[in-house]
Amino acid sequence: MSWLWGAVIFWLAAWAFNVWLANRPVARSRAVQLFIPALFGVTLLILWEGIVRGLDVPGVILPAPSAIWATIRASLPVLAGDFVQTILKGALSGYLIGCGAAVLTAIAIDRSPFLQRGLLPIGNFVAALPIVGIAPILVMWFGFDWQSKAAVVVVMVFFPVLVNTVAGLAASERMQRDLMATWGASYWQTLVKLRLPAAMPFIFNGLKIATTLALIGAIVAEFFGSPTRGMGFRISTAVGQLSLDMVWAEIAVAALAGSAFYGVVALIEKGVTFWHPSQRGRT
Amino acid sequence: MRSLAPILTVLAAIVALWYAGTVRLNAQWTYDQAARAGVEVTFRELLADTMAQERPVLPAPHQVAQGLWDGVFGQKPSSKRSLVYHGQVTLSATLVGFVIGTLAGILLAVGIVHNRAMDLSVMPWAIASQTIPILAIAPMVIVVLASIGVTGLLPKAVISAYLSFFPVVVGMVKGLRSPDAMQLDLLRTYSASPAATFWKLRLPASMPYLFASLKVSVAASLVGAIVGELPAGASAGLGARLLSGSYYGQTIQIWAALFAAAILAAGLVTVIGVIERGTLRRMGMDR
Repeated sequence: MSWLWGAVIFWLAAWAFNVWLANRPVARSRAVQLFIPALFGVTLLILWEGIVRGLDVPGVILPAPSAIWATIRASLPVLAGDFVQTILKGALSGYLIGCGAAVLTAIAIDRSPFLQRGLLPIGNFVAALPIVGIAPILVMWFGFDWQSKAAVVVVMVFFPVLVNTVAGLAASERMQRDLMATWGASYWQTLVKLRLPAAMPFIFNGLKIATTLALIGAIVAEFFGSPTRGMGFRISTAVGQLSLDMVWAEIAVAALAGSAFYGVVALIEKGVTFWHPSQRGRT
Repeated sequence: MRSLAPILTVLAAIVALWYAGTVRLNAQWTYDQAARAGVEVTFRELLADTMAQERPVLPAPHQVAQGLWDGVFGQKPSSKRSLVYHGQVTLSATLVGFVIGTLAGILLAVGIVHNRAMDLSVMPWAIASQTIPILAIAPMVIVVLASIGVTGLLPKAVISAYLSFFPVVVGMVKGLRSPDAMQLDLLRTYSASPAATFWKLRLPASMPYLFASLKVSVAASLVGAIVGELPAGASAGLGARLLSGSYYGQTIQIWAALFAAAILAAGLVTVIGVIERGTLRRMGMDR
């Protein structure tokens, strides 16, 4: 019981400290704005640990964070193998192919308003559909290994990126395009020097949405069949054996990989669209 | 109406491509069968056979339509082979989860907007959680809830709720903050209480944002319900149909379930769109 009360008291104290800190002028500074959510996250972990230990929650229902950490440390090679299989081979290759194909398609249909008017509503429609459902079909077509996962990812990321790229290519202003015309710029010069750079904020918006979709696609596709490694495979078998600490370890890896993936794309965006108002003044 | 012709053209092109793919992908099997029987197949026979296989690699569009029609109208709605029955199982989990997730999301957003400490500590996590492949926890939620005796609709609804939760939080925080300083100052000069400001200004102003995120979250909660049906051998629902189809190689069944899910998703998003248009028109906010 002392664990439980200790955790609850710590939580209340940390919350009071956060409230005190948030209403002080220092809350404007960057360090404090990082510190407050960090402290909140730590208190959640401690509360979790305290509840599990204090109430003797069995490990098959909710393992404590310390137990999960121990599992992560004990099974690093397994986790690394799963990471390579699912994230690097499945998600990343599919992401690159899918996003590349979507941007190229958008440029290809750029000259035809007819095709755009036809493809955009369909693209918007498809982006709202439960596309994960095609996973069993693609697993049947491309086999159990990472190729089928990459195929699922390609289909999942294609439409959001396509729709955003087409919207982005329309984002340059009339005046800017007229200026290019007065300089006698050809279609391709206008595309490369004005319209693609102007489209970048939109394209990156699509690319950021696609990072999460890529991981979800790769993991869920493994539920339908996979070689004996991979995060989705590990999660579904570990759930079957009720070794939930392993499941949480995989989820921690997936969360880290997802955030890192997103962070890398956001960093590239910062470098590419340094001129955009949303990036300026936030050094 | 102007865009009807292009859409139909693109759709026709997709169907044509699909038929071409059907012939190409299924031809192998036809050739193998013919070689085993020791006969030559003409191109006409090849076409006819690839369109009508029992377990094609890629079913032809009309086979899928047939499967869908059979599943929806050919069976009693209560039969285990009926897509109406499976769709209804998935839909109920989706709706329960959607309602729970939306209400919780709105409540959290109200808390975040009115409490600075909550804003600073919870909001970064709500945004960061969007980058995490949440669906990966679906099997675990199902099994854990089953081990403490909760089965059936609720575990799937929990996953749906979780998926629809974050889009609503992020959208509503944006929406509740959307009144500009001038409007807030006006209510201040009226000496309006925080509650009155909330009900008369912030909440109405947030409606367009709410509906935009509701459309995202209803689609996400359908995905959640379908994925929630995959593990632990669920016996009913569109996800279970997908899984059993993939176990037994019943490709037509998979495609029919997939299209049923797509129609369901499109229907849900359309319903929200209609409510959105009606609400915004009554509030004088439609464009």
